[in-house]
Parts: sequence; structure tokens; C-alpha cells
Amino acid sequence: MAKITFDGIEVEVPDGTTILNAARQIGGGVVPPAMCYYTPLKGSGGKCRACLVKVSAGSAKDPRPMPKLVASCITTVQDGMVVENTINQQVLDVRKGIVEMLLINHPLDCPVCDQAGECSLQDFAFEHGVSTTRYEEERRTFEKIDIGPLIQLHMTRCILCYRCVYTANQITDNRVHGVLGRGDAAEIGTYIENIIDNDFSGNVIDVCPVGALTDKTFRFKQRVWFTKPVNAHRNCSHEKCEGRVTLWYKGKDVLRVTARKDEYGEVKEWICNECRFDKKETADWVLEGPAHINRASVIAQNHYELPVVNPQVIQDLPESTTRELERNPPLKLGGLNG
Amino acid sequence: MGRKLLTEHIDVEGINTFEVYRKHGGYRSVEKALKTMTPDEVVEEVKKSGLRGRGGAGFPTGMKWSFLAKPEGVPRYLVCNADESEPGTFKDRHLMSRLPHLLIEGMITGSYALGARTSYIYIRGELLYVLRILEKAIAEAYAAGFLGENILGSGYSLDLHVHPGAGAYICGEETALLESLEGKRGNPRNKPPFPAVQGLYARPTVVNNVETIAAVVPIINEGGDEYAKLGVGKSTGTKLISACGHLNKPGIYEIELGVPVEEFIYSDEYCGGIWKGRDLKAVVAGGSSVPILPKELILKTAAGENRLMTYESLSDGGFVTGTMLGSGGFIAMDETTCIVKNTWNFSRFYHHESCGQCSPCREGTGWLEKVLHRLEHGHGSMHDIDLLVSVAKQIEGNTICPLGEAAAWPVAAAVRHFRHEFEWHVTNPKEATAPGAAYRGTAVLA
Repeated sequence: MAKITFDGIEVEVPDGTTILNAARQIGGGVVPPAMCYYTPLKGSGGKCRACLVKVSAGSAKDPRPMPKLVASCITTVQDGMVVENTINQQVLDVRKGIVEMLLINHPLDCPVCDQAGECSLQDFAFEHGVSTTRYEEERRTFEKIDIGPLIQLHMTRCILCYRCVYTANQITDNRVHGVLGRGDAAEIGTYIENIIDNDFSGNVIDVCPVGALTDKTFRFKQRVWFTKPVNAHRNCSHEKCEGRVTLWYKGKDVLRVTARKDEYGEVKEWICNECRFDKKETADWVLEGPAHINRASVIAQNHYELPVVNPQVIQDLPESTTRELERNPPLKLGGLNG
Repeated sequence: MGRKLLTEHIDVEGINTFEVYRKHGGYRSVEKALKTMTPDEVVEEVKKSGLRGRGGAGFPTGMKWSFLAKPEGVPRYLVCNADESEPGTFKDRHLMSRLPHLLIEGMITGSYALGARTSYIYIRGELLYVLRILEKAIAEAYAAGFLGENILGSGYSLDLHVHPGAGAYICGEETALLESLEGKRGNPRNKPPFPAVQGLYARPTVVNNVETIAAVVPIINEGGDEYAKLGVGKSTGTKLISACGHLNKPGIYEIELGVPVEEFIYSDEYCGGIWKGRDLKAVVAGGSSVPILPKELILKTAAGENRLMTYESLSDGGFVTGTMLGSGGFIAMDETTCIVKNTWNFSRFYHHESCGQCSPCREGTGWLEKVLHRLEHGHGSMHDIDLLVSVAKQIEGNTICPLGEAAAWPVAAAVRHFRHEFEWHVTNPKEATAPGAAYRGTAVLA
């Protein structure tokens, strides 16, 4: 076990845990944002640089600070490590810079994007970014590509987190999915526009943090915040699929089916394409009850639960948030002891 | 002229063949190492020599070798980084094409020291003709019993392979190189784990530059202590400098580290001064990624001392008034050079070569290039100059690999030392965008 101090909060985690996962054990507002890291996918992380933190003491044995900011999602903890996230101005400044970099080639077409409301980039930019841009040049654009009949790739929105590449690599067969090109011309591609043709291909939609990979059976059907998520399950015949999903209702209609995600947007159990694309009748499912939306995004409107924050730790909260916090104080501070 | 350790026989007719190379004392280090030394003694000699990595970072080679993890029953690898593609650097190409056996000799001795049974030379894809030269030389070395099973009856066996890249600059970054060598897309890996623990095929690996490996040969022949006598302080031995730009005699020079920069530029022994009797404006001392310095600061340090061609002297003053020896790509620019255009040119290169894996570099390199393009073509504003500095700062230190820094440093340094030229482009766009235009006013030293 290793004991680390994260933003002044002590937490004990098993050896080999990453700084990000240690912070997630604390929970709440101190958790660094993660755009590319995805726990179930081996090798993910380190790319978006959103989760950079300052290690002000490397370990109890060697308390020297690390010279550069480190990516918390891939750096493992050492006993006695001291990490600064929201209390370090350099980290906050760099994060602002990362938002700016991620947005300069992003079309910001949220009003017509299916991902809006449950988009990691939207949340990230809202929390850490600035409201203007210094980028005057033309943005990079790509043509939309249909990857088979069910999935559409809108590369212009992509932030190249590589999650879908790892998904295609690790949970589906016959990989035809990867990254082509280099630099800001790099794109997610299926060579010569092959289709991803296997039973689990739909999961690339769930792992996409932005609206680059969308469900063609749900495109433009509804804004996600107008739909009601309901957990459900069925006896799926596919051996690798447990059939536990979230159904998204509008009135009596099931508009889409997704895997269940935790508060960090990570899928816990992959689902097969039959469950996702073909079973859109209530009769196909055994309903369990409303799904709980943990993430503090637009999607949680009307039953909005404030993020668990520690006002002592986060100094420069926007005024609107402070006001809101005063009106509705969070139930638990710092997220310690439940 | 100082001593030449690597290129002494480079002009001998037929030195690229095994016979001639052997006649001029070639492969002595292999005989000496395999017959009279243990691998640890070889590492110890390299440590004593004070040899520092010649690829750019200048990390002590002996120390790098001693960091190599040595778990039982697991193969280890020595990989030679011959993916030389930094603008302004062309020393390895010269060394490999003229003296292929020197590299092979260094590879054998180095592999013996590290206990590697298979070693690789990863060569830049564009250097196909050099690849052929190396392959021919390797075949000769196999035939002469210096490669393969049981070399010289010592019981040590080594296989050496040459592998061409596909022409990506990023594959010169050691972990991207290993990915590429494994047959994958050349994306740099997250570190740690470092290659010394998990490198090629997740095995302990040392990656060294061509010149570093070649320098092992004279170190073993003459002893580490002898080698350390050359040079100044912690910059020991000799270094190949590929001098280019507006010089009377551009070319590749093997210098003893410690030659004053002024002597290197102006003496007839080396570059012979600036061409056409013009004045020197600026120098990029170690390949395009190191900070550019104006004449005043490259010849003398901020404290007024003579600047020497050593790792320490060139980096004197940090990045405020100093630069780096880097890979030895020495680019001199005369007074007719437009610094803005030059910076844009460098920036275009890094934009094109960014792998696109991590966001600050992928987006930032393109942004820098576009802003510089705007400034160079007379459409910029004063605000753009500060924007450049700000974007460079957002990239620097926040990326997976050093390419981000390599793209940010030259831009930041150009603005730091030549801000007046950028401002001139903004205030006099018509004049500045005329063909061949360059700012001729006097520099304002910060």
C-alpha cells in the first residue's frame, strides 16, 4: 500500500495504482479530467494531457519534485508522494492551454451534435477553458465517413484520444480500425473505408469522448437531455454479452441503447450490437429502474446533483458555482468517509 | 587541427571495404574487447571516457549503459539510432556511407558490453543507398567472422540487422523508433517504463546514436582515460559538426570539443568565415530544434567569455542567452537572412513531422506554423508575436516526447532575440514581403 497526499487530502491505495485512480478514490472536484484514459482499455492514456498534475514530492524516499508536470493517468503512485492538482496555479494554467489546443480544430458544432450533453470535451471546456479563442485560422475539416451501416465517423470532431482504436483492437475481432496520417492531419480510419464488421463494434460509440463516432440509429433523433435513462437487462444469446444496458426513453419509445457508464463515463460491461441496435422495444427488456446520472453535465438537468467539491481546496471557483453552492450546500465535503 | 578519432582514414580509397578498413587498424577494438576484457570492463572504459550521447541530449553514455536492466534469461538489445533527420544535421549519413565498418565495429563492441545477442541499426528510410552500403559491409563482417556465431572463438555470438524506417522524423525519438522497429506506427511511448527496462519487444534496450557507437571504437582502442584527455571539462573527446548555411567552407568537421565558436566559424582550418564577405547574423548551433542565437551571443556568452564548442559553454546562460550543442547541426546565417522566414520554415517542418498523438504538439505545431506564415506574409499583427510565445509555452514541457519542445524552442528563441524583425514584418509589410527581403537594421539586444 502507498499513502499519498493529493491536494492536501491523504489517501491510501495499493501499489501500482495511478495518480488519477488514487484521486478518483477521493472523488469529487479534485479528480483531474481525463479525455483519453479509459480504465478498461489497456494502453490508453497519456495522450490528451488534460490530466497533467504537479508532483511536488516524488516519494518518501526521494522527496524531490518531478521537473515536469506528469500525466496522472499513467504515472503510478509512490509511498509518500505529494501531488498538486486544483491547488496548483501552473496546473490550472496548463489545463486551460490544453482546452485551447483541443478546441482550435474542433468545429464547436454542439448545437447539432448528438454527443452534446454527454460530451467530455464540452464538460472539460466548460470547467477549465476560456470563453474566447485566439485561433483565427481555418479549422481542419474532414468528410463524414460511414463505418458500416450503424456507425458514423465525423472526424472533424475527433480529439484523437485513441480510445476507439484500443477498443477495436482489444474487444473486437478482425481489426480494420486505426490511425492514418500524422500530426494534425492524423485521422481515425478504417483502411480503404472498410466496415468494422463484428458483434461488438458498437462499443466504439460509447468510448468516444466527443461526437466523432455516433450511433446512426440515433442520429438527430433527440437531444440527450430530453431522454430518460432506464437501466434494463435481457438474456442475451451472445456469450460475451451480459445484456445489461441503459435504455434511453422519450415518452414510450426507446430511442437508443447504450452500455452502462460510471461517473467518469467509463463503460463497465461491453454490450453486443444486437442489444445495442436491434432491441428497441420495451418488450425486449426487463426494466430495473431509472439510471442514475452521476456526471455533472447538462444531461443531468432537472435532477441536477452538485459535484462533490471541497471549497477549501478549490480556490477560484466561478462565482455562479459559489452562489449555487451557498444556496444548495453539497451533502459531503471533500468526499471523504462516504 | 585537433586529433581525429573517427574520421582519420575517411578519405582512404576503398575504406568502405572490409580489407582496407582492417588494414588501417579496423576491428582492433573488437579483438581487444572480446579477447582481453569482460563486458563490465568495456562499460567501465566508456564511463571513464566521459562520452556523452551525440544524438542531441548529451546524456553520459556509460551511465546509460549501466542503467540497463539485466534480468536472468531475458534477451537484451542494442539499437543504433541512424534515423538522422533533423534539419541541419547530416553527420551520421556521412559517417555511415564512408565508414560503414566503423559503425559495425562499434556495434559489436557495444553489444558485447551490454550482453546483446541481436542488435539493430534503424536507418532513416530516405538513406536507402546507405542502407545498401551497410548491408554489404555487414555481409563482409559476417564472412570475416566478426559477426555471427562464436566471434573470434570467444564464445560470443551476435547478429546485426539493418532496418529502414519510412521517413518519419518522429522515429528518431527512441521509443517511437522502437515502436517502428517492432512494426507498429511510430508513436512515442509514455515513459516510464524507460527503454533500459522495457524497450524493444518489452526487453531491456539501449538506444544510441551512430556517432556515439562509433566513438566506442577509439575509446576501447586507446582507453577511456586517454579519450577523456581530449576536450574540455565534461565535454570529452571529439564531435562531428555538420556545418551548413552561409559559410565559405560548409561541410562535416571532426573537432576536439572546446574549439572556440569564433575559431570554428572564421578560421581557415574549419569553415573559413562567412561567404561573400558578408556579416554573420545568427547561428543555430545544434540542429534546427535548439534555440537560435544572434552573432553577439554565439561568439561570446552573456558574461563576455568566449563561447566554446562544448555542451556546457553553448548552454551557458540557459535559454535566455544560451543554446545547446545538440546533434552538432551548425547552421550559420548571414545578414541577408530573414529570421521570420527561417523560423516559419523550421516550424513548417515540425508541423509536418508531429505524430499527432498528444494534443499540445498536434494542435500547437500547426498553430505556430500558421501564425508564422501570417507574419512572414505581412498579414500579422503585434498581438501575433506574443501569441507565438504563449503557444510555444503551452507546448513546452507538456508533451509525451521532446518533439513538442523541439518545435517550441526555436520559435520562442527567435522571438526572444529577433523580436525587432517580427515587429518590422508587422509595421512594414510591403517592404518585408518583397522577394529576398531581410531586416538589415541593428539588433536590439534584450
